[in-house]
Amino acid sequence: MELRKNYFADVRKDDLHEIGQPRPRSDSPAHVTGKTAFFADRNFPGMLHLKMVRSPHHHARIRSIDTSEAEKHPGVVKILTAKDVPHNVYTILILIQVGPEDETVLADGKVRWKGEAVVAVLAETERAAQEAAAKVKVDYEVLPAVFDMEEALKPGAPLVNEYHGQNYYLYDSGECRKVRFGDVEAGFAGADHILEESYQSSPIEHAPTETTGCVVAPEGNDRFTCYTNTQAMFFTLDNTSIILQMPGSKLHFVGGTVGGGFGGKVDVIVEPIAILGAKLTGRPVCFIYSREEEMQISSPRAAEKVVIKDGVMKDGRIVARKVTGYTDAGAYSRHSPYGAQKGAGHYPGPYTIPNVWIDTYCVYTNRTPSSAMRGFGVTIGDFALEVQMDKLARLIGMDPLEFRFINAYRDGDMKAHRQPTEGAALIECMQEASRAANWPVAEKYMAMSSYVKGA
Amino acid sequence: MAIRRGRGVAAINYPTGMNLGGDPTQALVHSTPTGNFMVTLSSVDLGQGMKQIMAQICAETIGVPTDRVVVDTADTDTGPHCMGTFASRGTHRAGNAVIQAAREARQVMLEVAAEELEVNASDLETDGQGNILVKGAPQKSISIFDVALSAHFKRGRSISGRGMFLIPRSYPEKETGAMKPSTCYAHACTVAEVEVDDETGEVTVLTVKNVFEIGRALNPKMVEQQLVGGSWMGISHALYETTEPYYPNRDHGGTDFNQYLMPGPGDLAETEIIVLERPSADGPYGAKGPGEMCANPQIPAVANAVFDAVGVRIDTLPITPERILRALKAQAAN
Repeated sequence: MELRKNYFADVRKDDLHEIGQPRPRSDSPAHVTGKTAFFADRNFPGMLHLKMVRSPHHHARIRSIDTSEAEKHPGVVKILTAKDVPHNVYTILILIQVGPEDETVLADGKVRWKGEAVVAVLAETERAAQEAAAKVKVDYEVLPAVFDMEEALKPGAPLVNEYHGQNYYLYDSGECRKVRFGDVEAGFAGADHILEESYQSSPIEHAPTETTGCVVAPEGNDRFTCYTNTQAMFFTLDNTSIILQMPGSKLHFVGGTVGGGFGGKVDVIVEPIAILGAKLTGRPVCFIYSREEEMQISSPRAAEKVVIKDGVMKDGRIVARKVTGYTDAGAYSRHSPYGAQKGAGHYPGPYTIPNVWIDTYCVYTNRTPSSAMRGFGVTIGDFALEVQMDKLARLIGMDPLEFRFINAYRDGDMKAHRQPTEGAALIECMQEASRAANWPVAEKYMAMSSYVKGA
Repeated sequence: MAIRRGRGVAAINYPTGMNLGGDPTQALVHSTPTGNFMVTLSSVDLGQGMKQIMAQICAETIGVPTDRVVVDTADTDTGPHCMGTFASRGTHRAGNAVIQAAREARQVMLEVAAEELEVNASDLETDGQGNILVKGAPQKSISIFDVALSAHFKRGRSISGRGMFLIPRSYPEKETGAMKPSTCYAHACTVAEVEVDDETGEVTVLTVKNVFEIGRALNPKMVEQQLVGGSWMGISHALYETTEPYYPNRDHGGTDFNQYLMPGPGDLAETEIIVLERPSADGPYGAKGPGEMCANPQIPAVANAVFDAVGVRIDTLPITPERILRALKAQAAN
């Protein structure tokens, strides 16, 4: 790695003692010698293991659940169904007033995706819990499922989630988050070329070294200590408090070093049910995702579809950009309404375009619920935007890097969401990339600056 | 049939912190009797090194070496509220809270030192080595060790501070979408060079040259580890990863690291990282959050390089050999 101190030297003081120093990480020696304690290193006498019975169907009504055979299985201590969960219907962003509550901790009457948790089995050993889970009999009536966002948005599509009442998240702005800036149709009308293209992605797994999980110990004073690898301690504690209808003062969450998050550990999935198990049995409980659960059950990055329509001039100026983004939330919201909305604030990318129209939709399908993942709301949008930029440059016969200089945002430029640009540095990054990659651009671009002229 | 070479570019920006703000983080700082400093948080270290960075920020602000700072975090019984470690917010939000708490603690420390030295607190400065000196007369000094002892046992002062950082929440205007998603943005430009085998569809990423603008590299070694890791993740997203390769058929979804495709060490490109620093107005010592951004530009840069190499556009991720071969076949048919 190289630090190029010649850029922005005039706005930066390099007079610090500890900041800017490549100090060795204080936790590295313990990491590499195996001494770092992770949540799963906690082991308590009498600890129970929790395993989930999961839906084999994408969409089905639950006619009945029979746990009688599972209860007889040696080692089984407790079996939990929806009726055992005090506040079974929840949504995690309710803490910042993003509702409605739309998801069940344990399925109640219906499953909406293949893999949904239906029954929790607590047993003396992991193996006993697994074997007993296989003996739980659930009678399903399979319902028509919808797998595709465009199908889900058509009239007459199977309704995925009754708590929403339609297959999209209803923002205060309507069926999508909207940004309107300038007059996009007038921009298209005056453009030399129009290019409309569509981009898609598939769900992606966070693939952390350490799978999602927690270990819960009842403390004997009505308090519960939850050792967890959540990425957000109080967010998880407060949601658990709501789901279990238990005062937050009864809950003590202990985290520590997490073996990789990437956004995969901000859903509140394992802690509430494990604490409930500990409360109802009076024993310590661990609930740790298997690698298979981590890869196929935990929320992935959403599948997305992005449609971009641009109007561009022969001289390289983009004069209008219309973006329609679709985020496949799967069956439940989790963090997807937030992600789709983040996209609306990110488009049209780091370029100054006078006419912009943005609609971002959060769509429900019978897919594994998606949620947070490194960059969600932006990562796939950037793939779409930057491939589109390459196509536009080639369409008008311009060098793709020079084309970006022409449109790059600079300090003071008004963004589509009506914030003036501050602290821009795109031009300088491209200038340095031009040098580093030996990708020459015209001298006038190398002379550009992100600063406001004359400021 | 041939191995064809191409290169592609992408340029991006990325917001720091939770979209639309409203995401608080608090910090507490106090000194031990012998002048070491405890930072208490409830933020989570995901392995990215947050504890180390908070220690350096506290040390810089108080004016002591980093090894005199201990970070206690991720315990809801002791640590004040942090919204969480996500949205490239950890360093920016918690770092600002730590600075505010450390400034308050530093002020008490200087007041106690001033009483001991019989000068005004405003005339004192720290040397960064554990001493407090009179400005312009450095022979007149006292160690922070002695200041802490005095505060605890003689003067009855608590060398401590409270810190809080919150960007007020922005609510998007319904019709126009006017809003404030973020207060500062990191930037990147990536150039990727690939080879595509037009017989097998296989893509080899030869080099990835990344330029990142991140406000301030608080610890350059740790910046490097995060940016290199992110760059590899971007390549992985571009070419390999999906949990549902033939959705809605779920039979082919990977269930372990043998089946879920990610690049191995042998698949990784020669990776170059160049860092620019334009300090942000509201970042801790100017830092922005590059944690998420650093995995983004490689995806379109690789996609554009594949087009440059073989002349077909793969607009659906991941860019698999199967998709490239199908596109080449369609291209030949036209």
